[in-house]
This record gives sequence, structure tokens and C-alpha cells, in this order.
Amino acid sequence: MFRSINWFKFASPASFYPVAGHLIPWFAVPAALLAAVGLWLGLVVAPTDAQQGDAYRIIFIHVPAAWMSMFLYLVMAAWCAASLTFNARLASMMAQALAPTGAMFTVVALWTGALWGRPAWGTYWAWDARMTSELILLFLYLGYMALRHAIDEPRRADRASAVLALVGAINVPIIYFSVRWWNTLHQGATVSLTSAPKMASIMLVAMLLMSFAAWFYAIAVTLIRVRAIILERERRTTWAGDLAGAAR
Amino acid sequence: MRNAAAQPAIEGEVWPGVAWAVQRDLRLALRSKAELGVQLLFYAIVVTLFPLGVGADPALLRALGPGVLWVAALLASLLSLPRLFAADFADGTLEQIALSPYPLAALISGKILAHWLATGAPLVLLSPLLAVQFGLEADELTALALGLLLGTPTLSLLGAIGAALTLGLRAGGSLLALLTLPLYVPILIFGAGTVEATRAGLAVEGGLSVLGAALLAALVGAPLASAAAVRIALD
Amino acid sequence: MNLADFFAMGGYGFYVWGSYAVTAALIAVETVLVRWRLRSAREAIRASEQR
Repeated sequence: MFRSINWFKFASPASFYPVAGHLIPWFAVPAALLAAVGLWLGLVVAPTDAQQGDAYRIIFIHVPAAWMSMFLYLVMAAWCAASLTFNARLASMMAQALAPTGAMFTVVALWTGALWGRPAWGTYWAWDARMTSELILLFLYLGYMALRHAIDEPRRADRASAVLALVGAINVPIIYFSVRWWNTLHQGATVSLTSAPKMASIMLVAMLLMSFAAWFYAIAVTLIRVRAIILERERRTTWAGDLAGAAR
Repeated sequence: MRNAAAQPAIEGEVWPGVAWAVQRDLRLALRSKAELGVQLLFYAIVVTLFPLGVGADPALLRALGPGVLWVAALLASLLSLPRLFAADFADGTLEQIALSPYPLAALISGKILAHWLATGAPLVLLSPLLAVQFGLEADELTALALGLLLGTPTLSLLGAIGAALTLGLRAGGSLLALLTLPLYVPILIFGAGTVEATRAGLAVEGGLSVLGAALLAALVGAPLASAAAVRIALD
Repeated sequence: MNLADFFAMGGYGFYVWGSYAVTAALIAVETVLVRWRLRSAREAIRASEQR
């Protein structure tokens, strides 16, 4: 079956636009359902933690958001690599569509991390490897978006931001290990800020459900956004006029 | 561009390309010695701002010293980056350079080397003098100077990528900072960290090795990435 | 667990609900903005077609 479909046909923005439209509900609805169940399990059913009390319930947002922020950056970088290799417009558009959602999850991770840190370890912020890398990741997302925005010519914007995203992808692990080394030097951070409470299985289930919910949400929102980007960038074509006039 | 009476350029030759670019850019840089002096002065002023801002408590300054000197070096490097490509881009020379038979990455390496000699090297020489203001001891001064010696070329190399990506853009300067500073962060951490390691009694070779490795990696990767970025900007 | 306990979250209500509320707000803003963006793009094309 896979061989009979010409998959490269969908590499054109024109043919991907309706496909994206059909896919959106398949991700949006499950995202809402998974989140509903996950939140109910996490906020209502899961027991109070012995050490951190009810404050630990923040992890049901914090961990999925952090995972998403990193995962989306890698996916974005992969699309950028594809756009440079295949010189494909749609690949650039996908990367462009992912960035704002990635940035949003990074903000959520930083915010919830700070609010979790205060009750759990006494401080809103600490310069440990994870939080510092997450903050730099936010700057990378914003830098990508800023560079895109600053370049008027779309193809130059595509290529320049792709180079930037790829360079940044190498940078994040380097920063993570640099800060780890720096912290061992200072030996101030004796508290392991990476420790989550010992997870009862119900907590794990809730966290996994929320992670999938976040993932499906990200896909749905990205698909909507890429449709908007396709229309914005291809507005002078005739097919765009047809599609825009159509109901969906 | 090239003296036609001399040996003609052979397609793809690396070292003559580097040599040509170094010579040209150094000659141009030395014509505007005042500008270079101003950039060095900027470094000194930024370093001086910190004691004025946080107070003259010697223990505090000793603790802050390595970080301050390194952050100021980062900022000074950022300030000097536009001179790498901007002038050539504005008058069309960069396009000619990209069309030359020498590999663009080689030419860019030469430009970066000249840039570092003009802006980074003087900074390395000045830093021990400024570091004395923060009460750093002799072994810490050595760690600082050696670290900057290895680090500032890396800053020029990494900065070249950002400079090439933002060529000719309106938002230029601040956008360049936003893009380049995350790249600078590991160099900063290890550079300042090396001085602190010395203070803690550890051998200086550890941090210097990492900085050296970073320099080597940048030497390989940055000219290629910058060349790609320049071509993107010129198309 | 009654409703009052649920809101108090063992005394950590500020932190827990501060996290959930901001997250919900960001998601709401993003969904609204992205759909508005798609709608605007469609309308821009329709407007230019009519000329």
C-alpha cells in the first residue's frame, strides 16, 4: 500500500493543505480526552505525596511541557535539515509552524518549574543544568522566530533560520553539560533538583497521559498553523484562491 | 583584487586563500586604528562599571572578577562582530569574494583570523591589567589570560556565524546579540570556570583543554557554517 | 476530598493553581491566535480575489 501512494506528492503545500485539515480533528479530540483523563487522575485520584504534599501535582504539567519543549525543537531542527537538503518549501513551513508552540511549552516548563521549585526545594530559580538549558532553549526559539521575522525575503528567511536552528541544536546539549561541570565545581547545589517524588504507578499513568495529550495538542495546533502559513505564503497562487473560497 | 602578474589562483586552494584574506583584512583594520582603540576602551569601561555598581568590597570583587572579565569580553566581541562582513557586504566586495576561486570557507577563516588579531588579541593582553583591579592572584591571572587566549578566537569564529546570518538586516545589532550569546554561553562557563578552578586549587589544564577543544571544533565548523550563511545572504 | 480541600491543595494552592491557570491561559491564547491567523489568511485571499 505504501508503494502505491506517491508520498512526495504531499510535499507540495497545495496538496498538504487539505490533508492537514483532515488530520486536525484526529489529534485535537484525543488531546482533549487524554488531558481530561490525565488531569482527573493527577488532580483527584492520585494520592498526596509523603514529602512534597500536594505541590507535586505540578509535575503533571511541568514534565510533559519540558519534554515537549525539547522534542519540538528536535522535530523543528529535523524539518530544517530536510528543507536545506531537499530545498522544499513545505519543510520550512513546518519548522516555522512548530516554533511558537515549542516556545510556549518552554515558557510553561520554566514557569511551572519555578512554582514547583519554591515549595519543593525552597527557591523559585536555581542555576542548575536543566533550568539553565531550558532558559537557553527559550532564547533559541525566540532567536529563530526573530531571525525569520527580520528577513523579508521568504526563501532567505527559510534558509538562514534553518542554519540557525541546526547550530542551536548542537548548542543545547553542550550547554547542559557545561552547566553540570560548573555546578560540580561550585558544589553548592547539593540538593538534586532533578528528583521527582517516588512515583506511584497512578502518578506515572497520569503523567504519561498528559504527555501524550501535550504531544497530540502540539500536532493539532501545528497543523492549523501550517495551514495558515501555507495560505499566507502561497496567496498568489490560483489553488489558494480556490481553497480559501471553499468552506473548510 | 588579485595581482594578475603574480601566480594565478588555483581553484580550491585553501592556504593562499586564507593568507590573502588575512593580509587584506588586517591592512584594512589597521587603517582604522581609532576604531579598534575604541573597542578596547569599551572593554575597559564595562569592566570598570561592575565595581561601581556592586560596591568595592574586595571579597565580592574577587568572587565576581572572573565572570565580569569574561562577560565583558563577550560583549566586546559582540560589538566588534559587524566589522567582519558589513563593510564588504555594503559595497559589493563580499559578493566578489564569494565568486573567487578560493573556497569561501577558507577566505572567511582568514577574515576571522584578521578580526581576532585586531580585536581579540589586544583584549587578551589588556585583561590581566584589568583583572588586578578585582584582586586576582598571579595564578588566576594566568588562567584568565590563557583562557581568553583560547576563548576569544572561538568567540570570533562563533560570532561570524551570527554576523553572516544577519547580514544587511535592519534589526542587525540586537538580533545578532540574541542569536550569538547562546552560542557564547559554554565558552563563558568554561572560561570563567577555569579561573575559579584555579582558585579552588585544581589544575588549570582541565578547563584549558575544554576551551582548546572548543576552539578546534569551532575552527572546523564555524567557517563552513558562516560560508553557508553568507551564500544564503547573497542569493 | 471536598471542594475546599481541592482548592487548598494542602496549603500549596497558590503554586499548583498558579501553574495550572497560567498553562490553561497560554493554551487558550495559542488556540485562539492560531485559528484567528488561519481565518485572517483566508479572508486576505478572498479579499484580493474579489478585486
